[in-house]
Amino acid sequence: MTERIINILIQSFPKILVPGLLKTIPLTALAFSIGFCIAVVVALIQFAEIPVLRQVCRFYIWVIRGTPLLVQLFVIFYGLPRVGILIDPFPCAVIVFAVNEGAYAAETIRGALESVPHGQIEAGYCVGMSWVQIMYRIVLPQALRTAFPTLGNELISMVKDTSLAANITVTEMFMTTQRINSVYYEPLALYLEVGFIYLMFSTVLTKLQSLGEKRLASYGKR
Amino acid sequence: MPMLEIKNLRKSFDGLDVLKGISLSVEKGDVISILGPSGGGKTTFLRCVNFLEKADGGEMVFDGRHIDLARVSGREMREVRMKTGFVFQNYNLFLNKTALQNVTEGLVTARRMEKAKAESLAMAALDKVGLAERASYYPVQLSGGQQQRVAIARALVTEPEIIYFDEPTSALDPELTGEVLSVMRDLAREGQTLLVVTHEIGFARNVSSRVCFIEGGVMVESAPVEEFFGAPKEARTRAFIQAITSKEV
Ligand SMILES: Nc1ncnc2c1ncn2[C@@H]1O[C@H](COP(=O)(O)OP(=O)(O)O)[C@@H](O)[C@H]1O
Ligand SMILES: [Mg+2]
Repeated sequence: MTERIINILIQSFPKILVPGLLKTIPLTALAFSIGFCIAVVVALIQFAEIPVLRQVCRFYIWVIRGTPLLVQLFVIFYGLPRVGILIDPFPCAVIVFAVNEGAYAAETIRGALESVPHGQIEAGYCVGMSWVQIMYRIVLPQALRTAFPTLGNELISMVKDTSLAANITVTEMFMTTQRINSVYYEPLALYLEVGFIYLMFSTVLTKLQSLGEKRLASYGKR
Repeated sequence: MPMLEIKNLRKSFDGLDVLKGISLSVEKGDVISILGPSGGGKTTFLRCVNFLEKADGGEMVFDGRHIDLARVSGREMREVRMKTGFVFQNYNLFLNKTALQNVTEGLVTARRMEKAKAESLAMAALDKVGLAERASYYPVQLSGGQQQRVAIARALVTEPEIIYFDEPTSALDPELTGEVLSVMRDLAREGQTLLVVTHEIGFARNVSSRVCFIEGGVMVESAPVEEFFGAPKEARTRAFIQAITSKEV
């Protein structure tokens, strides 16, 4: 009995890990990068208080943060075909996760932008810099350091949340585990196994996060 | 023709008239101290002159260029700022940049100067304020007086027509004001045009060529330094001078 389970676990380990490496990680990396770019733009629009666009950004954040990620996935994947928009599962997941992350990270980055002492912006103007130059060279670098720990946590959350993509037929780690389970019917062992692999991924990221935080500790030590 | 002329500068905040038509004329090489009680509008005046606040009315003639202060364009602002320097009470150094990078930033980014050339100019500027050996320090690693001297180097490295100072020593511990004031005195001796809001009566008396007294949003008096302290015309100026000099004891 236990020998059977051990054999199943050993055989299924690479079968689960491979989609982890080929689907879960690329999905996370792509969606997080795109989401990060969305977030920077959305945060800057609000920080600059650009009329109209700013309202559009508030609306986007309000909608995305106020609805479940699973619902967003279903609307885009199962809902949009009704109006003739068909997107393959993987790109669909990338889009939904990116847009979702964009909304959360935008708030993180906006808060960090506001924490940068304002006098530096005026000093930038006084040496002749433009607003864009000041943001790019002075304010954003400081804000991103402030935001780094929170963004790191968001990335780790996203790795785990990608399991939701199973619901729109992306054969990532969790879906693969479900399939293996339907053959062997060892739910306790197999779901613990996939949980363990997620834990490994998260642990690696947590380590990288604290290494990064140490390196970014501050601009000059007292 | 004056290098800088401000005419009838007006500014209000939420209905409160903070500047009620201030005029000032600056010749090249002038060192002008602006004195006055707190809340009188001195900071607002400097900020309006460098467009950190938008004036409600008034004109500026700078370097032969005529500017309507209430309708100044982004381009005009940037052109004027390219030729002026500003030193804040709170230094406002770029915290993510070293002392050297603080000084090169305006050259490299705003003026597209080659990095090597900018660095050699910046080192010379840091040397002038006595901080060449602190070039690689970040602002948090510097004392207040050192930070303010870096800020002065950042303002002077672009060879501005005029440098504005807003109470450059007010945030400093008393023992650190001397190093900043002596840098400013050196600049004055070299003929750099300065416009300095200050409470340092010694600086006003010994370094400046002209002294202005602003109170209640009005330029109460503006006179050459000997006249300002020796024979002030306005009763309010006399009262103010008496109040600050009696404090000196
Ligand atoms: N951003 C602002 N909003 C509203 N009121 C302001 C603002 N800045 C300055 N004031 C007011 O304008 C007046 C002049 O202030 P300020 O120029 O700082 O004087 P000073 O530098 O001579 O002490 C004060 O009454 C101050 O409260
Ligand atoms: Mg002031």
